[in-house]
Amino acid sequence: MPATRPLPELVCPAGSLPALKAAVDNGADTVYLGLKNDTNARNFAGLNFDDRTARDGIHYAHQHGRKVLLAINTYAQGGDISRWHRAIDEGAALGVDAIILADIGLMKYARDRYPDLRLHMSVQSSATNYEAINLAQDMFDIRRAVLPRVLTLDQVKQVIDHTNVEIEVFGFGSLCVMVEGRCLLSSYATGESPNSHGVCSPAKFVRWEHGQQALGARLNGILIDEYQQGEAAGYPTLCKGRFEVEGDTYYALEEPTSLNVMSMLPQIIDIGVAAIKVEGRQRSPAYVAQVTRTLREALDAAGRDKQRFAVKPAWTQALSKLAEGQQQTLGAYNRPWK
Amino acid sequence: MHIPDLTLPTTLANILGKLPSTPPCWALVTTLNQLKKREILQVDMSLLSGHSFEVHILDADMRLHFVADDDHFSVGNNTTVPDLHLAANLADFARMMLREEDPDTLFFNRKLVIEGDTELGLIVKNLLDSVDWSATPLQRFMAV
Repeated sequence: MPATRPLPELVCPAGSLPALKAAVDNGADTVYLGLKNDTNARNFAGLNFDDRTARDGIHYAHQHGRKVLLAINTYAQGGDISRWHRAIDEGAALGVDAIILADIGLMKYARDRYPDLRLHMSVQSSATNYEAINLAQDMFDIRRAVLPRVLTLDQVKQVIDHTNVEIEVFGFGSLCVMVEGRCLLSSYATGESPNSHGVCSPAKFVRWEHGQQALGARLNGILIDEYQQGEAAGYPTLCKGRFEVEGDTYYALEEPTSLNVMSMLPQIIDIGVAAIKVEGRQRSPAYVAQVTRTLREALDAAGRDKQRFAVKPAWTQALSKLAEGQQQTLGAYNRPWK
Repeated sequence: MHIPDLTLPTTLANILGKLPSTPPCWALVTTLNQLKKREILQVDMSLLSGHSFEVHILDADMRLHFVADDDHFSVGNNTTVPDLHLAANLADFARMMLREEDPDTLFFNRKLVIEGDTELGLIVKNLLDSVDWSATPLQRFMAV
């Protein structure tokens, strides 16, 4: 086992300039952000960066010796793909440290136009094996791939052992239904999906209903969940709804939970993961500050002494408060079966 | 600054609830308009124009109604159903404003109630999150 692996980069989300500053101030090595349109998968009203805030944010991060990644992680939609091309042009002009892309057509555009621009393959590319990653490296010279949250730690190691592309994994945040890059569930209810419109549950389709007994969540009129008094709520996505199946009502696809890999940090460092990503560009600066601070402390502690590393109760407490559904899991990383 | 986990006593709420809500509401819209004028609140009024808002401070039993037009916020009429209704205890509103707590966290924990136009709610939330208080004297009160 190598004794001196470098610590993985801590990659934190920013949906606004104050969130970016909160990430930098609390110890993020890298911040990722998106533009104010459907070229990124957090296309929420009022969120994200325009030219001025992006410039200010990149300046702030670079001043502090940190990196900025631009997420252009939706799939360019037929008819007019100029928005996606413009987003890449803008990223290159802004001087971001890398662009995160999902669509291979866009990877080709970026590679042809900007040979020196560093490219990362988004989780939305859904590349779960080293052959796919190495192919993207051969064709588009991608430097890093973000793995979907479907692999066990052994499988992540298997990928790392067979590629020299840097591997980034998710470390904290809301879990996806785990077919990242292929999800069409929300189109079923709203006609819009994360890959096409950059959002799972477009807010214009969401209605919260406060009844006497329960809080109801409706997506385009479809009741997807009801939370009883005091029961923790989640995001109103179809995958995390409770549905009636043969007379029984339960989470038929997935329970609202948050991923938290803190307890696995020593193994993540050992297998040579290049970067750990925090989910949540839609969250506020308060969330970004709290998660970044906690993971920075944990990662530094694991780096100092892997053998004696133990998760501090204060860290767990800080993160569990922020978790969707208030439950934390190791997700697929910890599946004992193969 | 750390906001204590405090709920206003019912007796105080009984008194506050009976006071007219116009003065605190006037203070709220004046503050919003000032922040907008000084470009601290960088708001695209076209997204809010024509909409009505209600901030309900649950433990004070106080409802603040205001409306937005193309240029300004002004005191609203509390007889109509607002387009966006936000409700929480005073301490939780304060935590949210001072960035001690994330609105999504408060919502997951059922401490923040959002009713009405969800997209409008998201616009308001993201607007508050995007304010760069570092340019103002209020920065020293902010947690982040």
